Amino acid sequence: MTDPVGAGDARLRLEAAERTYGAGEHAVRALGPVDLEVAPGEFVAIMGPSGSGKSTLLALAGALDRPTAGRVFVRGRDLGQLAPRELAALRRRAIGFVFQDFNLLPGLTAVENVALPLELDGVSLRAAREEARAGLERVGLAALAARFPDDLSGGERQRVAIARAFVGPRDLLLADEPTGALDTVTGELVMRELRAQCDRGRTAVLVTHDASHAAWADRVLYLRDGLLVDDVPAAGGALPPILPGPAGAGAGRGGRRGGGRRGGGR
Amino acid sequence: MSVRHSLLAILAGEPAHGYGLKSRFEASTAGTWPLNVGQVYTTLARLERDGLVASEGADENRQTWRLTDAGREALEAWYAEPVAHDPPARDELAIKVLLAVAADDVDVAGILQRQRAATMERLQELTRHKRAADPERELPWLLLLDALILKAEAEVRWLDLCEERLRHRDAAGGDGTRRPRRRRS
Repeated sequence: MTDPVGAGDARLRLEAAERTYGAGEHAVRALGPVDLEVAPGEFVAIMGPSGSGKSTLLALAGALDRPTAGRVFVRGRDLGQLAPRELAALRRRAIGFVFQDFNLLPGLTAVENVALPLELDGVSLRAAREEARAGLERVGLAALAARFPDDLSGGERQRVAIARAFVGPRDLLLADEPTGALDTVTGELVMRELRAQCDRGRTAVLVTHDASHAAWADRVLYLRDGLLVDDVPAAGGALPPILPGPAGAGAGRGGRRGGGRRGGGR
Repeated sequence: MSVRHSLLAILAGEPAHGYGLKSRFEASTAGTWPLNVGQVYTTLARLERDGLVASEGADENRQTWRLTDAGREALEAWYAEPVAHDPPARDELAIKVLLAVAADDVDVAGILQRQRAATMERLQELTRHKRAADPERELPWLLLLDALILKAEAEVRWLDLCEERLRHRDAAGGDGTRRPRRRRS
């Protein structure tokens, strides 16, 4: 991808991005200024209480809304410099959304739903369906391609939405509380799927109030009053032991030998 | 953790000798609570004294133990009874936060933020363990991770709640009437 403005290799980049509603005395700043860079293949979670600006940030990142100050780059392109048609094209080709309520079209089958953004982008029906089928296969739903959303479980629908968000050239997924309507086990399956997709080089930004889901991400950011306050990067390398037990137990799980780096001193 | 009841639970499956009990206990509990053999033998001696286990005899110096009817009853009663909760006063984090709130010159927000970052890191670590766990072969380990993850998640939520409540307090006491006055040094 071309990089005329030096936005680096980031898949997504916010530079002092702000969103203010209203003007003058009554102006309310919903977000920012926020600086954020998401690398290709990175999985970033954003947490924070209601009204902290999470969804506003996601809307700016997905070009659903424009910053009132600062800049937003997707694939190195400054969204503020794009004509409306170019912006719409970038949204179709680069960005996929996943919402709590699935947002699948009920009159279309799973594979038709996934193929839709490609068809809207002028890809031939046959090629679009082929890509869509491959996408469904990646999320383990190839067998359900011909089903309608009503015949899918909540978890399956959300995985179809993930397949759609990553179909064809799309590689930036923006998810707003995607597990909000799911039970714990199903929500975990959706997180596993997002994790697996990012491990294969796709990029995702997840907004959630659920710390145990945010923990699947590489990085966890915390928004408060529109500003980023914490940034918890994932510790790389070998997994440290969790429990002060000897190794060898637990169906042959190694590496949890004594010393108790964790759980000691309690 | 009740070593007595744990040994009864393992013996309910089949008779075992002391060392076998130790390894079967640890395998069933994902190695979380290591027992030392001495502890197993002293506990067995007490269980025998109380009539809850009996020796089936010994071979090659190793005694094999089985559950008695009384032992089975004691075990069933243990399973039937919900576990009592520890008194909350043992939670170091809660104590630290409460003391910091009570003092008027401590940066409570900083404490909450640092703790949240640390707990979030632990949550990420636990989740990485979960990703690596095989749900077929390592069910005890997975269940244990779930328990630890939910506890860590609850801690993050509690820290968030503390932060919210303190903000409300500060907003309400903006004129200085409700906040304790800063101590003069």
